[in-house]
Parts: sequence; C-alpha cells; structure tokens
Amino acid sequence: MNPVNYLYLAALLFTIGGVGVLIRKNAIVLFMCVELMLNACNLAFVAFSRMHGNLDGQIIAFFTMVVAAAEVVVGLAIIVSLFRTRHSASVDDASLMKL
Amino acid sequence: MNFPLLTVTAAVPAVGAILTAAVPAARRTAAKWLALLFSLATLALAVLVAIRFDPSGDRYQLTESRPWIADFGVRYELGVDGIGVVLIGLTALLIPFVIAAGWHDADPLETKSTRWRPTQGFFALILLVEAMVIISFEATDVFLFYIFFEAMLIPMYFLIGGFGDRAHGGSEENAATQRSYAAVKFLLYNLVGGLIMLAAVIGLYVVAGNFSLQEIIAARAAGTLDMSTNTERLLFLGFFFAFAVKAPLWPLHTWLPNAMGESTAPVAVLITAVVDKVGTFAMLRFCLGLFPDASKWATPVILVLALISIVYGALVAVGQRDIKRLVAYASISHFGFIILGIFAMTSQGQSGATLYMVNHGLSTAALMLVAGFLISRRGSRLIADYGGVQKVAPVLAGTFLIGGLATLSLPGLAPFVSEFLVLVGTFARYPVVGIIATTGIVLAALYTLVLYQRTMTGPVKEEVRSMPDLRLREVLVVAPLIALLIGLGVYPKVLTDIVNPAVEHTMSDVKQTDPKPEVDVEAKNGEAAK
Amino acid sequence: MENLIALLVAAPLLGAVVLLCGGRRLDKVGHWIGTLLAAVSFGIGVALFADMLGRTAEDRTLTQNLYTWIPVEGFQADMAFQLDQLSMTFVLLISGVGTLIHVYSIGYMEHDERRRRFFGYLNLFVAAMLLLVLADNYLLLYFGWEGVGLASYLLIGFWQHKPSAATAAKKAFLVNRVGDIGLSIAIMLMFTTFGTFAFEPVLASVGETSEGTLTAIGLMLLLAACGKSAQVPLQSWLGDAMEGPTPVSALIHAATMVTAGVYLIVRSAAIFNGAPDAQLVVTVVGAVTLLFGAIVGCAKDDIKKALAGSTMSQIGYMILAAGLGPIGYVFAIMHLVTHGFFKAGLFLGAGSVMHGMNDEVDMRKYGGLRKYMPVTYATFGLGYLAIIGFPGLSGFFSKDMIIEAAFAKGGTEGWILGGVTLLGAGITAFYMTRVMLLTFFGEKRWQPDAGGELPHPHESPKSMTLPMVILALGSVFAGAFFEIGERFLKWLEPVTGYEHGNPPVSAMTVTAATMVVLVIGIAIAWTMYGRKPVPVVAPRGSLLTRAARKDLYQDDFNHVVLVRGGEHLTRSLVYLDHSVVDGVVNGTAASVGGLSGRLRKLQNGYARSYAVSMFGGTVVLIAATLLMRAV
Repeated sequence: MNPVNYLYLAALLFTIGGVGVLIRKNAIVLFMCVELMLNACNLAFVAFSRMHGNLDGQIIAFFTMVVAAAEVVVGLAIIVSLFRTRHSASVDDASLMKL
Repeated sequence: MNFPLLTVTAAVPAVGAILTAAVPAARRTAAKWLALLFSLATLALAVLVAIRFDPSGDRYQLTESRPWIADFGVRYELGVDGIGVVLIGLTALLIPFVIAAGWHDADPLETKSTRWRPTQGFFALILLVEAMVIISFEATDVFLFYIFFEAMLIPMYFLIGGFGDRAHGGSEENAATQRSYAAVKFLLYNLVGGLIMLAAVIGLYVVAGNFSLQEIIAARAAGTLDMSTNTERLLFLGFFFAFAVKAPLWPLHTWLPNAMGESTAPVAVLITAVVDKVGTFAMLRFCLGLFPDASKWATPVILVLALISIVYGALVAVGQRDIKRLVAYASISHFGFIILGIFAMTSQGQSGATLYMVNHGLSTAALMLVAGFLISRRGSRLIADYGGVQKVAPVLAGTFLIGGLATLSLPGLAPFVSEFLVLVGTFARYPVVGIIATTGIVLAALYTLVLYQRTMTGPVKEEVRSMPDLRLREVLVVAPLIALLIGLGVYPKVLTDIVNPAVEHTMSDVKQTDPKPEVDVEAKNGEAAK
Repeated sequence: MENLIALLVAAPLLGAVVLLCGGRRLDKVGHWIGTLLAAVSFGIGVALFADMLGRTAEDRTLTQNLYTWIPVEGFQADMAFQLDQLSMTFVLLISGVGTLIHVYSIGYMEHDERRRRFFGYLNLFVAAMLLLVLADNYLLLYFGWEGVGLASYLLIGFWQHKPSAATAAKKAFLVNRVGDIGLSIAIMLMFTTFGTFAFEPVLASVGETSEGTLTAIGLMLLLAACGKSAQVPLQSWLGDAMEGPTPVSALIHAATMVTAGVYLIVRSAAIFNGAPDAQLVVTVVGAVTLLFGAIVGCAKDDIKKALAGSTMSQIGYMILAAGLGPIGYVFAIMHLVTHGFFKAGLFLGAGSVMHGMNDEVDMRKYGGLRKYMPVTYATFGLGYLAIIGFPGLSGFFSKDMIIEAAFAKGGTEGWILGGVTLLGAGITAFYMTRVMLLTFFGEKRWQPDAGGELPHPHESPKSMTLPMVILALGSVFAGAFFEIGERFLKWLEPVTGYEHGNPPVSAMTVTAATMVVLVIGIAIAWTMYGRKPVPVVAPRGSLLTRAARKDLYQDDFNHVVLVRGGEHLTRSLVYLDHSVVDGVVNGTAASVGGLSGRLRKLQNGYARSYAVSMFGGTVVLIAATLLMRAV
C-alpha cells in the first residue's frame, strides 16, 4: 500500500480536528478535536518515517504522545474546574479574559 | 584610591531610604526622624564635598572611576566641577527642609490599618530621589547619568500620584483622578524625553566608542574624534529635548503645573527646586560640553523659546486662580531665564544661570513651603478663598511676602544677583533678547504682588479669621531659607568663587569669549598709571 | 572718617531688622528705637559734614570699599560707598527730615497697634535711601533704588486691611518696576560700552563713546527717573500713594524718595552733557509734568492729593532744571532741598489737620481752622509762602533760579521752557492759595463723620508740632542761607559742574514777571474761594476741572488699555495654555488611546475566535513561505 495514502488520511483527520476546534462550543469536544489533530500529526510522522526509511519520525511521534498525555492531564483538570464553577462546559461561557 | 566621597554622598540617602522604608508601621515618628537624620548627614557630606573641592584645581575633582559594563565601555565615573558642587549643596540643603515641611503630609488618614505604611514610604521616596539627583550631578559617564536621570522618575511618580495635596476642592475621588492624571502626565512627558535621549546616548556610543564625558570632550578638542555636522546636531537635539522637558521649556512645560498643583507642597518643591535642576544642569554639562558647535547652531531657536517661556510663563501665572499653579508658572518663567543664561554663552550669563539654579531653588522653596502652610490651614488652593491673612497671621504673611519678593528678584535677595547676571550676559551678546527679557521683571512683580494682595491684604475673610500663625516647626523651616536668601543676596561671593572656574571651562568648551566692551576702561586706567 | 559711611546705612538698617524681627516684646519701645537710630544716622551725617567742610573742595570725596559684591568674570560690582558733596546734601536731607518725621510719627501713629512695624519700615526706608545716594556704582544704586521702592510699597500699603491701600501700594511698585526696566537697561548698556558701571570710570570715559550710545543710556536713565519721581508718563502712582499714612507721604512721597530721579540725572550729569537729545527729552518731560501736576493739583479736593499734584509739579521743575545741563544742575538740587523742607512741612501740616478732623481729607469739609490749630496754621502758612515763592523765602530763591536758567537755555526752547516755568509758578500760587483758603479760612464746613460726630479740631501734640516748626524754619531760611554768597553753588559745583547762563532778559525782569504771575494766581484763587462761600459738595465744574479731577484721564487710559487689555491677554493665554499647548499633547494621547480601544475589541475572550486567528495566521505564514519559495 502506498504510504502517501496515510498522508491523505492524516490530512483528512487534521482538517476534521481543525474544523471541530473552530466550530464546536463544548470544551470536551474541542479537546477531543485537538487530540485528533495531534494524532493526525502522529500518523503523518510515522508515515514519513516509513517513506524516508529512518526512525526520526517515530521518535517524534512518541514525544507527541507524551506531550498530548500531559496536555490531557492539565486540560481536563481545567475543564473540570471550569465546569464546577460555571456548571457548563461551553467555552463561550469562559470569556472572562477579555480586556 | 582615595576615600570615595562622592559615592558615599549619594549612598547615604539611598541607605536612609531603605532603612526608613523598613521601619515598622506603628513607629511613624521614628521613620520621620530617621529620614531627617539621614538627610542632615547627607548635608554634612555635601558640605564636606564643598570644602574638599578646590576652585583653583582641576576641572573635575574627587573623581572615582571603576569599570562597570566593560563590553559597552560603560564606566562608573564620578566627578564634580564647581557647578556640580553648588547643585549638590542645594539638593542636600533643601531635602531636610522638604522633610521637615512635609512632617505631617503623609500621616495616614485613619490609624486603624497597621499594615499600610504611607509615612515610611513618603520619606523613603524623598530620600531615594535625593540619592538619584545627587548621583546625576556627579556622573561624568553619559550612560551612568542617563540611568539615574530616568530612574528618578519612578520615585517621583509615586510621590506625585500617591501623596496628593489634601486641600483639594473637589471630592476625594475627583482628587485621586486629578492626581493620577498629573502623575501619569509627568511620567509620560519625561519618559518620551528620556527615550529620545536614549537614542542619542546610543548614537553617541556608536560615534565615539565610549561614554566618558571627559574622554569625549578631550578627543573632540584634540580633533581625534570627528563628528559630522548633521550627526552632532541630531545628537544634540536628542539630549536637549530630554533636558528641555525636564527643565521645562515652553512648549514642553504643561506637565509642571499639574504635577506641582496636585502634589503636596514639599513634593512640589522637590520637583521644581531639585529634580528640574538636573535638566538645566545637564544642558550646561552635556549639551554644551559634548556638542559645542551644535549648541551654537541651535542657540537662536533656544533663545526664542526661552524668551517665550519667560514672558508666557509670567503672563499665564498672572491669570491663575490656584496658588500652587501660579508658583508653577512662575517657575516656568524662571527656567526661561536659566536657559537664556546658559545659551547666551557669556561668562556672566552662565555664572548667572548657575547661581539662578541655586537661588530659584531657595526662593521657590521659601514661597512654596509657606504657601503649603497657608493651604493646609484653610484647606483650599484657590486664591479667591483667602483675604486679609496678614491681619490674623502676620508672621506667615511676612514670610510669604519675602518669598514673593525673592521670586520677583528684589535686590538684596539672592535671585536678583543671578537674574541681573543673566540679563547682563544676554544683553552683552544679544541686546534685543536682553531687553525683552528685562520686561519679565515687571511681570514677575505683577503676579507676585497680585497674589500677595489677594491672599494677604484687604478685609479679613470669615474663613481665615481663626487661622493660626506659623508654628515653631514651620518657622524653623522658613527662617533658614530666608536667611540664606538674604545672605546670598548681599554676599554671593561664596558661590561665585566656586562657580566661576567651572564656567570658564564651559566657555572654552564652546570656544566662546565674552564680547569686549566698546571702551576699555581697564586698559585706559593702566595707561594712565604708566 | 570714611569708615563711618557704612554706619550711616547700618544704623537704620539695624533698626529695621530689630523692629521687624523683634516681635511684640518691642511694641512699647519700638518707636524710640527707630527714632534713635535715625537720629544716630543724622548725627554721623553731621559729623561727616563737619569733616568735609574742613577739607578743600578737591579733596572732599570719600570712598569706602567694603567688599566685592558680585565678582564674575569681567563683571564686578562692589559694595562700595562714595560720599561727595552731592551725596552729602542728600544724606543730611534724608537723615535730617527722616529723623523729624520719625519724631512726628510717634504722635501721629500713637493709636495704631502696629506702630512698631511702621517704625521698622521707616527705618528700612531711610537705610535704603541712604544706600541709594551713597552707592559708588549704578548697580548698588539700583539696590537702594529698589529698596526704597519696597519700603514705599510696604508703607503705602501699611493699612492693608483697606483694599484701596493695598491696590495703591501694588500700583506704585509696578509703575516703579516699569521705570526699573530703564535703569536695568542703562546699567547693561554701560556694562557693554565701558565694561563697568561704577560712577567714576563710567563718567570719566563718556567722551570715548558715540553720542548715540550716550543718548540711549540717558533716555533709559530718564525712564527710571520718571518711574521713581512720578514724571509723565509714569506719574499715575503718586496720587494713589497718598493712601499711606501722612508721615510717609511727607518723607517718601514729597521730600526724599520721589526726588531720587533728580539725583540720578544729576549724578549722571556727564552722560547727559554728552547727549543733547536726551537732555531735550528730559526738559520736555519736566515741563509737561510741571504743568500736568499743577493742573491736577488745582482740581483735587483731597488735601493730600492736591499736595501730591503739587509735588509732581515741583519735581517737574527739578527735572527740567536737571535737563538744562550745567546751567541747571545746582539749582535742581537746591530746589530739591528747599522743596524737601517746605513740602514735608506742608504734608505734616496736612496730617496734623487730618488728625484733628477725624481723618477727614476733603478740603471742602474743612474751613476756618486757623483759630483752632494755630501752630499748624502758622507752619503750614510759612510752607505755603515758601512754595509759591514769596520773596525772601526758600522757594523764591530756588524757583527763581530755575526760571532764569530755563530762559537762559536760549533760542525758542529757552522761551518755551521759561514760559512754562513762569506759567507753572502762577498755577502753583493758585492751587496753594486754594488749599490754604479752603482749609484755614472761610466758614466752618465741618461734616459729621461716619459715627455721626462732628469733629472737634484741636492742636496736635508737641511731638507733632515740633517737627513742623523746625521744617517751617527751614522753609523760611534755607533759600536765603544757600543763596547768600552763592554758598550752595560753590558747595556743589565741583561735583556737578556749573556754567552761568545768560538769559535773554535780565534777572530782574524774570523776578518781576514771576511776581506778577504770582499775584495773578493768588488773586484768581481769592476770587474763587476766598470771596464767596465754598460749597461742601464740589460743583460739576468745567470740562478741564473734571478732567483734572480724574488725573486728566490718565488712569482711565491705563485701566482700559493696560489693565483690561492685560486681563484679556492673560485670560486668553491661560485658555491657550490649557487647550492648545496642552491640548496638542492630550490630543495625541487621546488618539493613541482611541486606537488601542479599538484594537482591544479584538480580544473578545472567546477561545474559538482566538483559534480562528491562530489558524488564519498559520495559513498566511505557510502561504507566504510557499510563495517565497515559488519566487
């Protein structure tokens, strides 16, 4: 199977994730979309690794996973505490940071 | 290496500031005494500097030099000439009076809060300003000077914005708005000036390769440092702009009335009598010293601006309804005289300008502090709220009159000597400018006497009927100032002896000689003697 | 001997310091201290005078150099005194009349709670005036010049609770300051021309500079003299200055300070001699003021203001004489001295009358006082005869000399100036007779004062009448004393120089003409005020009378042009400062603020909008990178 197809899939997944971040309100969904984009990147890295025949891409993919895991820990904690105080997971309700 | 007297002179008030700020909240009075003690110690050191200074010796004395930021050629270089000595003396002299006059100005309004320590802060900030001003007068490294020239703004900002005049006409909230407006305006004006100066400082480094005032002057005199005409002019303008904002020169003056009007009287004295002097001092030391040709090139415009300052400041002062703003505009007029004297480029003009800096400090301090005592009694800054004070508080009125007479340069009081020297020095080179400036003496009399007439004479107003006369602390503040004004008015030699050699050096920096009199009486007498 | 000169100034100065700083403790003895120190000064003056008489005319100048006042490169002002015959004349006049007026004030100010301060100010004045005449250079003279201005300010405004007094004091100081511009510029001109401003070197080298420079210096000195001596166009303050206590009017605004201008011109004789144009202006100013003051004096009903007009007019005589050059200097000073006696005496008499009349100043409310105040009447009467130039009295000699000198000026000028002085003599006779008749003769026109009480005129205490008597003696005999053997001329000639003028008509003719106008003046006054009863309320009067009452509208002119104009100017400048100069800066600040306000709206706090901008930014960046690579 041609590894380029994996790249197409990765692009598709990234786009879905990107659009999701832009149009959804729910923080959890938004978060999942970010994860989707990260995973699309991972897929692309692995595919490049295969195409170029070295392991760099796979190593970076591991880094990405670690970062994503850390991000999930922090992100979910924020979302939970937001939900506790505002009783909503909508990001639009959390617009207090404007000037 | 000798004892670093100059560093110590600047460091003592700085240490005093830290210690004062550290005094616990409950021991307010101790903080005041501590601050006063340190300011007096600084005065003693300043006197020592003056004693150790030898007028007939080198141009810069008591010098210290250590590498600081070696990569940029920045050195920690200090040194004083005669002009620096008298201005350090003025600063060190005025601060104890400022502290004593502001004894109760920063007492917290309610005594409940124990964590809030405004009193300590107020006096610590004053000492901090003193330290920075003194080091600005000492620095012979352009970069070092620049740093303290700018850093001064921070404590001044808090002094203006944090400790306002309690005698405000409007509500407390309104007063706070006015105050922060004044403080921000002060900061912005001076920051813009400083920023432009920073560009010029960097430019100077690019051209000269170091920041040392003495080295650059020597290199320029020896012809080893070439500076194209345009570069020199641009750099001059960069420096001059900053100093003209600080001085302040028309039309960059509008921050001064706000700052002086909204701050307490002692802080107003600090602004106009001490901090602003750094501006005029720096014109003499840096503008004329570093850029002699550009200074001559800019002279016509600067003289016109100075003339406008003199006449305009005085006329606007006449129209003021607020006592402190009136004094502020009067100061603008006086700064016009100082700048006129500096740029007339005659010995008389420059000696006069230097004396003027000292005398204006003394006279404004006397007038403003007495005005502050007056205002604190009645709780209003408006001239119209007073009348007949002379009847109920004759000592207050008398000292106010003397302060006013000093402001209008009455002969016998110190400002006359300096004003006349400036006028003569200007007239010798630019007769028309000298004549126009002379009309300033009528305008000065006008605003002073109108102020005195409206506040002190006439029927006694109901609100001032129970006004107490000056208290002992207040008399102790004003009496030495008045004694100095009279003393320096009849015997200014103590100052001129120190100042004259420094002026000659500046004159040789700008390669100017005094215009010769048309008829040389001296020479004729010499011939007759033969 | 010369070491005593500084003491002349120091004694009254010490008095001023002690009295003004001494506080209430000294209230009981203050007036004695003040009087004593003024007398000490007079005593030293007499001692110096005796010493001076013992020396030859060439050897009479004493100098004392205390220290260098202002030493600056190329500019040196000394605290140094010079006592010559001219200064000596003034020293005796100032300290002598000054002491008498101190004595008078003890009684006059007895009921004033601030009497100590009054004496402090008087001492300050005496010290400053002595400094003025003793200075050996123009800058030190300027010191004294402003010092007397300050003392005059303080004393005119002594009753500060009266707004009119405070205003008058301010006006006097300001008008004087206008004159001071002249003095300042004159000193600067001297400095740039000669490199010095000490009398001796400047006056000795006037020949080496151009006439134009001398004319400029002369005109500037004249401006200064106009301010101090209340000459047209700076005369307007003198009338208002009568708000001060009467002893002040006598000492400062009649006998001494206002004559400082004459001193200045005579002292600078060498400069004026070299500048005929300036001299001409001096004579014109003197002539105009002579008539101006006289006309104003005719119309005033306030006794002090009438006398003030007369002072102005008499100083006009002196200035005119000083403008005539060497033929007039001596007579200017001679008239100055005799005027010092009789005018001080007249003012003290007026003060005595006011003292007895509950401080009423309107002459129309006096009348018939000669029976009630015999001493005042006698001394005032002698002063009156002296001022109008009654033969044999002081004014006769000194004024007659000036009239002769004016004719001797020669040419058309001489005739005009002579005519003016003659006319002035006639008007003087008229207005002084008017004052005399209104005050001491006729019926009683006394009016109840504010408290509803009729005044009970009475003779003043001894401390007041004694100085009046002494001054009256001076008014009678001084002129004759000076004139016999031309004593005064010989005394002053070494300093001022003298040329004998040749009037186109004989001296006898001039004297006869003077007598004629004198009689005419008195006769007119008699017909108007002596023959028929005088109305208590002033009639509307002719156009000229009304104008003269208002100082020939000079004040109104000043008010409209200078005061109103100045107010408008300052008000518009305050507005300009606030809205234009400050406005430009504030406007810049506001536009920056507005821009940032608009930019701020982009930060709406919605995470998704930030995400969009991030996304957009990335797209733009990538597009740009690709584009760059494609190119």
